[in-house]
This record gives sequence, C-alpha cells and structure tokens, in this order.
Amino acid sequence: MTARPANPLATITGPPPSGPSIIAALKDAKVGIVLSVPDIVTSAGLLFPIAGDAGFRLIRVCKEDEAVGISAGLSYSAERAILLIQYTGLLDSINAVRAVAVGYKMPIVFMVGLLEKEPGVPPSQSALYGIRIVEPILEAMGIEHHLIETQADVVRIRPAIEAAYSLSRPTVLLIGQRPLAS
Amino acid sequence: MMKRDQCFRVLASHCPDDVVVAVYSSAFDWVRIRPHALNYFAVGAMGLASSHALGLALGQPGRRIIVLDGDGSLLMNLGSLVTVAAVAPGNFYHFLCENGTYEANGAHPIPARDKVDFSGLARAAGYPNVHRFEELGSFGRDIAAVLAEPGPVFVDLKLVPGESAPADYDSLYAASRRDAFRQALGPAR
Repeated sequence: MTARPANPLATITGPPPSGPSIIAALKDAKVGIVLSVPDIVTSAGLLFPIAGDAGFRLIRVCKEDEAVGISAGLSYSAERAILLIQYTGLLDSINAVRAVAVGYKMPIVFMVGLLEKEPGVPPSQSALYGIRIVEPILEAMGIEHHLIETQADVVRIRPAIEAAYSLSRPTVLLIGQRPLAS
Repeated sequence: MMKRDQCFRVLASHCPDDVVVAVYSSAFDWVRIRPHALNYFAVGAMGLASSHALGLALGQPGRRIIVLDGDGSLLMNLGSLVTVAAVAPGNFYHFLCENGTYEANGAHPIPARDKVDFSGLARAAGYPNVHRFEELGSFGRDIAAVLAEPGPVFVDLKLVPGESAPADYDSLYAASRRDAFRQALGPAR
C-alpha cells in the first residue's frame, strides 16, 4: 500500500459536526458495536448518546489495543464495529494496528478524537506535537484516513466505513472538533 | 505439573470442532495435535489472544470459543480479564498455559512467577467460573464438566513443555490459514 496525501478534500472551516449526524452515519453504515476507551473530544457528542442508544452495543475496553483484537475477531461475522478512542490511545496501540489491522488487512475502523487540536487548524499544522504526528504516522503505515472537522465532512463517514469492509482494510476517522451533542 | 502436549491431547478429545485461539508454543503444540481449519493463530500482537477471542465469541454466539493463552501474553493484556468478565460471553473458555516463562523468547522467567496468582486475578476481575489444574488425572476427570459450564470460564493450567512441536511461524501466520478459517466458519451471520 502506498502512502496517501493528507486529506485534500477536508473542509477546515465551518461549524463543528453534530453528534446525531455522525451517529446516523454510523447506523447507515450498519455499525452495531462500539468499542471504546473514553475520549474527551467525543465524550459528550458521541459516547454518551451511544451509551444510551439501543441501536448500539457499547463495549467498554480497558486499553485500545484490546479493541483492535476484538474488532478483528468480530470481522469474521456480519457484525460491524468501530473503535471510539482518543489519539493518544491510537498511538499507544500502534503495534496492534501494524500487525493486525495492516498486516492482516482487517476492516478495523477507528474514530479518533484529536484532543486539544485547535479548531479549524489542519492536524499537520497544529502547535501540538502529538497532533502533528498522527497523519504522517498513518500515511507511513499506508492507512486510509479522513479528517472529520466540520459538519460538511460527516458525509464522508459512511462511504469510508463501507470501503473499509468491502476492501478489508483499516480506516481512521479523525475527529478534529468536538461534535455537538444536539 | 502437566506436560503441555499431554494436556492438549486430553483437551482436544473434548473439543474436536470448536474454535481455538492459540499463541506461541501452545499454538505449535496445538496445531500438531488438532490440525483443523477452526484453529485461529492470527493474533498479531502479543497479548491479544483473549481480545480476538472475545470478538469471535460475540460474532459467533453459536460456537464455543477456546483460548490457549500464555502467562507472559496475558500479563501484556491483563485488562482483558476485566473486559471479558464485563461482557460475560457464555461461549468463552479461557485456558491459561502457565509455565512461568517467555518460552518462545528463550524461556526467561515472567515477572513474579513465584508470586502471581492468575486464578486469583481472573476471579477478582469477575470471571464467575475459575479452575486450576496441576495434574493430568484431575484435568482429564473434570474437563468435560468445565466445558459444560457457562462462560466465561477461566482455567489455569500449570504446565511444563512436553514433546514440543517445531516453531514454524510462517506456517502458523500464513494468510491461507486465515482464509481457511473464514471459510470454515461459513457465511457471515
């Protein structure tokens, strides 16, 4: 797999994405299981609503690499899952991502909060070192990724998940701003 | 202490067609004793066997999922005990092959091997059914009843290497095994 340029289509200015619209996109993509370690960026707009939504089975895991393994096991069934985590957890689980998601070409979908990224600023231009390195790492690993910064980006979620499953490949959806709870 | 290959021969006689997730030395021994398309070795990263197995258990509720974990491996993913206990899949059987060493990496000892109580950890994490076997006779006598219990079940096997199989990683992790596993499961349900 070759490295891809960073998100040329991302809309970087605009209103934050709405949580309900992201949740609707997940349901449209037939995601039924959410594996999560709590993340500040997505806590109010996604995790709390998902926890109360009978349309999802929420599995709280202790560490992000666990969720990589669980999602891999689930991929042998018709169940679709996402990992709802923080970018720090993505970085922590890189070896599992390398071996399981990339090495075995597994349809593992990550929804990753970019904690403290400045609104409207591309991740690669963030003042925060941890944020700046996320996209280059994903590109070095050849992992498909999309920035969900504004409401206009939400439309990209369902096709990204559908492609992850139809092509059996990992995909990372980077959440750049806190989704609004309503 | 039981010899691992002898213990696995007994276990294999009780689970001829179950999904078995196995790692490292246990995987090499297991695949020789029970060659089967429903063996799952694609764990990828050390410690994740129980996590892969949890996903399989959730996605395949009609099948019994058996994990042959290592003690060094489990130490890398102790939180998985808590996660499994919380999800509580009724078809999940977690066997720990406790030999006190990182056998595949030169048999160096695991931390605190004379102190750590894996059965106690599993019980404290919330596994409702926990067993420990040190003798082949009692294992052979009780294993059918253990496998009849609702999961999650944790079984601590005190083992030493027996007649060990050669370590052929290329064969173990071959893409063809994953394809065969998927086909053996049948259409996604």
